[in-house]
Amino acid sequence: MSRTLLLIVVILIILPAFISDFWLNQILTRSIILGIAALSLTFLTTYLGVVSFAQITLAGVAGYTIAYFSPNTTGLGIELPWLFAVALALLFSTLAGAFVGAIAKKSVGIYSIMITLAISMAFFYFTRQNYSIFNGWTGFSGITAPVAFGVSLEDSLVFYYATLLSATAAGYLVVKFTSSPLGLAVQGVKDAARRVRAIGIPTTPVIIAAYAFSGFIAGMSGVLNVWQQERISSFSVGLGPTIDLLIIAVIGGMRHPLGAFIGAITYVLIDTFVIDLFSRDRFNMIIGLVLLFIVMAAPQGILGSFLSAQKRIRKYDNNAIKRKIKNDCEI
Amino acid sequence: MIVKFKKIILVGAVAIACLSQPILAADKIKIGVISILEGAFASLGQDGVRGAELAFKEAGGKVAGMDVEIIVMSSDASPDSAVNAARKLIDHDNVDIIIGPLSGSEGIALRDLSKGNKGVTFVNGSSAAQDATFREGSDNFFRFGGDGAQWMAGVGTYAFEELGYKKVAVVAEDYSFPYTQVLGFMSEYCAAGGRVPKKFWTPIGTKDYSSVVYSIPDDVDAIFVALGGADAVNFLTQYDQAGGDKPIIGGTITIDQSILDSKGPFKKLLIGAPAGTPTVSDYEGKEWKEFTASYLSNFPEGMTSPTIFAHHYYMAGKAVLLGLEQVDGDLSNQHKALRASLNNLEFVTPTGGTMRLDENRNGIIDNFVTEVYEREDGSLGNRVLKLVSNVNQTMGQDPTAFRAIGAVSRENPSCP
Repeated sequence: MSRTLLLIVVILIILPAFISDFWLNQILTRSIILGIAALSLTFLTTYLGVVSFAQITLAGVAGYTIAYFSPNTTGLGIELPWLFAVALALLFSTLAGAFVGAIAKKSVGIYSIMITLAISMAFFYFTRQNYSIFNGWTGFSGITAPVAFGVSLEDSLVFYYATLLSATAAGYLVVKFTSSPLGLAVQGVKDAARRVRAIGIPTTPVIIAAYAFSGFIAGMSGVLNVWQQERISSFSVGLGPTIDLLIIAVIGGMRHPLGAFIGAITYVLIDTFVIDLFSRDRFNMIIGLVLLFIVMAAPQGILGSFLSAQKRIRKYDNNAIKRKIKNDCEI
Repeated sequence: MIVKFKKIILVGAVAIACLSQPILAADKIKIGVISILEGAFASLGQDGVRGAELAFKEAGGKVAGMDVEIIVMSSDASPDSAVNAARKLIDHDNVDIIIGPLSGSEGIALRDLSKGNKGVTFVNGSSAAQDATFREGSDNFFRFGGDGAQWMAGVGTYAFEELGYKKVAVVAEDYSFPYTQVLGFMSEYCAAGGRVPKKFWTPIGTKDYSSVVYSIPDDVDAIFVALGGADAVNFLTQYDQAGGDKPIIGGTITIDQSILDSKGPFKKLLIGAPAGTPTVSDYEGKEWKEFTASYLSNFPEGMTSPTIFAHHYYMAGKAVLLGLEQVDGDLSNQHKALRASLNNLEFVTPTGGTMRLDENRNGIIDNFVTEVYEREDGSLGNRVLKLVSNVNQTMGQDPTAFRAIGAVSRENPSCP
């Protein structure tokens, strides 16, 4: 898998040479940003065993922080150097993650969904009606990506590489986190919380840490999203994006960090092009049917199905070799 | 297995590379239309698309001897989705002109986008936020129609002078379009001498208005209600049930036929209620009858008469068509000739007025003051009280004084 991953990264690095600006910007970069957000969700689902609807909120916290502390056209906020703004954004999204974790620490399954959904909707209505910080319905616009270390992130190629780098970093962080002692404790809490407590590890800080970590990852996607869209408003943290993220995570597959990105690109392609291929009056129905088909045909997500197919083929290959050896020996 | 996977990815990369080649076509004008085709506005958004298509259908699908290709994209009323739709039309479909969007905040978002895309001409659909053109306008973003304030022209004066309302409370939804509508009403009403002691801003989709209903001051003469769809029905029902009997003044989307056709005792509150609108579906004007007939024959599956959205997208399409004809399809030099011709364009609108733009590229329009009346069979309808001609974006006031009011918001304007 690691060789495959490396190959994918190499392909993603050389891909911009072959594709138009639209594909670079609106398909690839957008998919990777959505993928990072979905990664924060699949991380929680796979390792802590909870489904969180608050990931878009956490990304939104980071996004609004960037908007508030960057030059924008609304006349709100304080201008800070971009590095400070990014650091604050990630700090706030991490703290917000910890806050969500502190509220949802005792709940799993449908209860964690309800609590996180309630938090995200509360945040949505708050941003929509607060004008002193969030500028209400209209939100912030005219935010531009900064010039970082001499190169402008507004350039789509530079921004693509920055996004790719962030995604790789996010994936790496998730893998490292899950194999660290804290990450193992998180998985322990998921599998047998009582036993974890019995050996003397308190579960609450572990759960909060997992949520905070997912807030950090979601915050990365929130920062990139604001720079790409050049705007953020209450719509960006509403129910629609929240559900889209769940769809992405489910169709991609939850088991491996890569699944989030495969789900994201699948979702973006469907979302962008179905309206061209089918009747525009019914395009949402087609999107729904395609997603339904993916979920039914590949309950493990696209990546999960691919991996299990691979395993099956390998098993088949092994069996064939064994048979061949057996036959050869018999002869 | 790795090799196989490599192959799959290579094939995918090649496919993507092939897909991304722009398709070059000469002698063809590509026009993108952005409208809301999902969610609560879907059927209205569809009617907007019909309006834009109608303008080109009437011309036989050709302009200046070139074929017209229309590419439709959907947004979901959010600024983000409108920008995504526009980016796809510009970067992927290579459209020359974009018609749309439908709602207020989307219009401001596309105006911002247009500043970075000078090679595309944007013609607003039915979005009616004031600032899309009035502040920080963009020289390739045109609006052949009014904003929400212009759509209230005549109502404030009528309420004060003809109906004698000295004090009015405002109940409106909490976002940019109702702000602009309240501005349109108050700028006239306050200038005439009326007072607005209290304004209530409610979130879209509010179900329980009881706190608003019981806080409406006793000494107001009427309530200006700028709510849309189900919000209006909910508010009026609860106000009626609480024993409220103040007369109502309606915003542009408050009193449409669907509300008049709905059941409920609250309807008696509406009889005699004035409202402002640029589109009256059963207007008796000659041009409107022709427009309706053309709409019905081209879209038998459409509405029983064109909505405000079909009307405005039609005017946008018509302007694009006439502008392109004038310059003979010349789009060279970043549409320089087309922009000049759009700035000076004049044409007769479906309501019989003459559409032309002001220096902010915003339409100077004709507006109707309507009144709800009871038909002989007991059903309710809207009838035209008066037609206000040549309404500009500053509502006939001195531009500097009007601009000095500042951007519309919950507190602005104010005359308690």
